[in-house]
Amino acid sequence: MTAISDRTDATTKTATDKPVTKPRPGALAASGRPAVRPPAAAHLSDEQVAELGRELDAIKDEILAKRGASDAAYIRRVIKIQRGLEIAGRAALLMGRNKAAWVTGTSLLSLAKILENMEIGHNILHGQWDWMRDPDIHSTTWEWDFVTPARSWQHTHNDLHHRWTNVVGKDNDVGYNLLRMDEDQPWTPRALGNPLYNAILAPIFEWGIAVYDLEIVDYKEGKKSKEAMVRDLKALGVKALKQFTKDYAATPAVAMLTGSGKQALYGTLTANAVRNVWAHAVIFCGHFPEGTDTFTEEMVEGETRGDWYVRQMIGSANISGSKFMHIMTGNLSHQIEHHLFPDLPSNRYGEVAPKVQEICRRYGLPYTTGPLLKQVGSSWAKVFKLALPGKKA
Amino acid sequence: MIRLRKLARAASVLTTPLAPEDILALFDPVFSARQLRGVVTKVVPETADSATIHFRPGRGWKAHKAGQWARIGVELDGVRHWRSYSLSAPAGEDPAITVSDMGAVSGVLVRNTRPGDVLFLAPPQGDFVLPEHPRPLLMLTAGSGITPVMSMVRTLVPHRPDADVVLIHSARRPEDSIFREELSELADQFPNFRVTHWYTGERGRMDFGTAAGLDALCPDWRRRAAYACGPEGFLDDAEALWAAEAAAHPKDPKSTRADGATGPFAADPVNLIIERFNTSLLGGVGHDGGLVTFEASDREVEADGDTPLLDVGEDAGVLMPSGCRMGICHSCLLPLRAGQVRDLRTGEVHGEPGQLIQTCVSAAAGPVNLDI
Repeated sequence: MTAISDRTDATTKTATDKPVTKPRPGALAASGRPAVRPPAAAHLSDEQVAELGRELDAIKDEILAKRGASDAAYIRRVIKIQRGLEIAGRAALLMGRNKAAWVTGTSLLSLAKILENMEIGHNILHGQWDWMRDPDIHSTTWEWDFVTPARSWQHTHNDLHHRWTNVVGKDNDVGYNLLRMDEDQPWTPRALGNPLYNAILAPIFEWGIAVYDLEIVDYKEGKKSKEAMVRDLKALGVKALKQFTKDYAATPAVAMLTGSGKQALYGTLTANAVRNVWAHAVIFCGHFPEGTDTFTEEMVEGETRGDWYVRQMIGSANISGSKFMHIMTGNLSHQIEHHLFPDLPSNRYGEVAPKVQEICRRYGLPYTTGPLLKQVGSSWAKVFKLALPGKKA
Repeated sequence: MIRLRKLARAASVLTTPLAPEDILALFDPVFSARQLRGVVTKVVPETADSATIHFRPGRGWKAHKAGQWARIGVELDGVRHWRSYSLSAPAGEDPAITVSDMGAVSGVLVRNTRPGDVLFLAPPQGDFVLPEHPRPLLMLTAGSGITPVMSMVRTLVPHRPDADVVLIHSARRPEDSIFREELSELADQFPNFRVTHWYTGERGRMDFGTAAGLDALCPDWRRRAAYACGPEGFLDDAEALWAAEAAAHPKDPKSTRADGATGPFAADPVNLIIERFNTSLLGGVGHDGGLVTFEASDREVEADGDTPLLDVGEDAGVLMPSGCRMGICHSCLLPLRAGQVRDLRTGEVHGEPGQLIQTCVSAAAGPVNLDI
């Protein structure tokens, strides 16, 4: 039994996790209105929101009709490149005593790890490639080069975060139980450490996520059973040991043959840290920059399909940049499109983006985007600002 | 083999979470930790709409017996589809399938396969194989039904001087007849092998209605072990003939059963071994489907009462185990958690919690919950 099946209440699932073919019963209503519509969308009538939902559905259908052999070739190509980079990087590190080899090895390995986590792992684990029916590239079989076990992450991420995006009190990704990232989260003196916690979190991000995925708070509150906790701890222990052994014992051990053991260890440590800092930066750009909204529980009460789409759009932020940057972020630079259609193949988000942006403009909704440095700066500004007490303006 | 496995285990310390095979696949695509694969080595056109595809299988494949079939996975528009094909290569040689273009998957295989392409595979299986002890044989084939029999003929005829094989093959026209030339050459070369071609375009369907038709083609057919492979109607006719003969001559002391058993037998139906390529599913008339839940995969789909649960699951993105897709190999078994299913072959509605059901021939009869 996976973590997903144990704790999922099928009747309350949203439209995101269902097969692309047909809506799941219990999916969100096509018409109606939530108890409270978010301020940024308050000017829209129920009919407008329903129409917006239909327009976005049509965009998705259009991609589904096109999806095929070229998409399959894309993900296979990326996987091949990633594995090539990883082998080359590790091989170079084995001769890490040579400075050029060390720099090359560490760079290639960092690049490989970033690709593996972002464009490959994250997206496969979302089920973006399940339609290929390839057991080698499938959300139920994939395991990634990241400490947290894929199944645990799928639960907190695909299920909880993507369902309850930015709903304070429901989506724990709002601060990861560590940071105060919203005015509606009560201020305590602990929040003063916000910038410090975040600075420490960035280079060890994968360990932070691993602990987060254990859902310790839920366990303490009795929402997670002891059996589930033991099972998750065991899975994490096994996974962490393997990850640790590979990077910090086996690779340096082999490198010792050329007298490069210590250098190889520094190389893998650096590569993991680089990947962690990058992933942390990209992920913080997804929902924290200026312009993204958070939501209250009343706003999701009675939420329609259109309102769900609206919440995904106004709660997320994109990053603008080159094609290379998009791939290195796992196309999470198209965070808005990813949140609208989490199981569409990532290589299609770029093509969807202008259409989504046009819809936002037409309906008078914010579409937050900006270059990487600006968005990173903006999310850090929030980390600093919310260290101090203050209410929503 | 064991040492290899130990080596792979040791190497996985460096490759985790990948398996060493995932890395080796960069250099040779037959490597995979999860999925048996083969690389196409040669494609030989047979007729206008059929071709033989030779492939080099990866580790995990087992040598086939003459007459067996294998499941082959092919990608259409990026989506993997599985079908079963008989192996036409003789036992002991590298495997090859001979495919006739009869549908979307076989069409792609016949027309678009090139050397170097990767095929996804399952090991060969099937009981349509040569007898263990020598005995006179009669092969009755129609259309692409020649494929498994070709493997038997190639295995037996050139290597066993004591073989005694009669092949009666039905095809529409000479140019549609797969392996026609090779069969003629074998018949010329080996006196113990006789081939009769029956062209339905000239002579109409082979008549199994009475024994007379077969008597004319192979007078001693009653004492031969018979292997038949072809379309449904062809096989049904053959079965009916063998059964009728057995009923008409219940005790014929002169005939000996081909498996060596002594006793009075005549055209005993146990002497007729049949390979069916498809099972006719009952068309649904007014059958209700239901909500199908794939529990562990967390998917729910409204299904009609005629679509096999296997197709329903695959369309919903569930990684369904699958096999022959005709209800014989039981590779697709899944535990039923709740609900009832209808067997599409018989129309029988059944299902108890925990029961393993064949998803390829079962459709939803009301809400169904599957443990996958």
